[in-house]
Amino acid sequence: MTIGLGHYLSVAAILFTIGIFGIFLNRKNVIIILMSVELILLAVNINMVAFSTHLGDLVGQVFALIVLTVAAAEAAIGLAILVVFFRNRGSIAVEDINIMKG
Amino acid sequence: MIPALFFYLFAGICVASALMVIASRNPVHSVLFLILAFVNASGLFVLMGAEFLALILVVVYVGAVAVLFLFVVMMLDVDFVQLRRGSLQYLPVGGLVGLVLLVELLLVVGAWAIGPGVQKTVALPIPTDMSNAEALGRVLYTRYVYFFQAAGLVLLVAMIGAIVLTLRHKPNVRRQVISDQLARRKEDIIELKTMRPGQGVAEVQGESR
Repeated sequence: MTIGLGHYLSVAAILFTIGIFGIFLNRKNVIIILMSVELILLAVNINMVAFSTHLGDLVGQVFALIVLTVAAAEAAIGLAILVVFFRNRGSIAVEDINIMKG
Repeated sequence: MIPALFFYLFAGICVASALMVIASRNPVHSVLFLILAFVNASGLFVLMGAEFLALILVVVYVGAVAVLFLFVVMMLDVDFVQLRRGSLQYLPVGGLVGLVLLVELLLVVGAWAIGPGVQKTVALPIPTDMSNAEALGRVLYTRYVYFFQAAGLVLLVAMIGAIVLTLRHKPNVRRQVISDQLARRKEDIIELKTMRPGQGVAEVQGESR
């Protein structure tokens, strides 16, 4: 039994779906939503590396490195926004984030 | 047989801990399960032959991002039990969307086929005579140096943005301002008074007011 590209793509697809499902399920807690976004980016990275090693092309790993950087930056900025929002409103529930409602 | 065993081990724990991330009641447990998911994903990377990215994943996520999440979860004084209340009302629509997405993705994954001309269009073949880290380093600093610089710029912007967002100036705190200290002049701070005999210091100060 050999593990091929399809296995890794399946794992990435399941992780991506769990991330989307987490965003839908946790409509109250912003921290869980940020973690779900991290899971989605991890699924993207698994896809990139799987195709890179399957096709024998190193560029996919370079792209995965860039995606990793962007994911780290996104986590830092998202958590900073979360801290500032909690300071102003005293809550991190998604339903309370409606200041900019038009 | 052994690689298949390890693949199913890493993939199974990765998917299970990802499920626990979104299902756990305590956000600290969620962060810990996120760490477990990322460690197992780095195991998958090692199995695929991308050792450098696997180690970077452990360093960046377990070392930096997860600790950041943990700090934020601990710093925010939120009643998380109350946040969880009523969260199951989105379970049907969320489950439906997730199921549709998963079926679509698995259908796409199950029907893939690599085109015959793809092997000729490989931009950068993986060298076989050097390690993964060395191969990545050789292209990252030469051919993709602009990507590398752009990634550094993204991190710089994220760092400045996080500092600017969370920096708070308290009004009633005395701070040392170096420029003000250096800009002091003798005329601004020293006042010469002529003291007549028989008068106290308090009266002279009272006159000057």
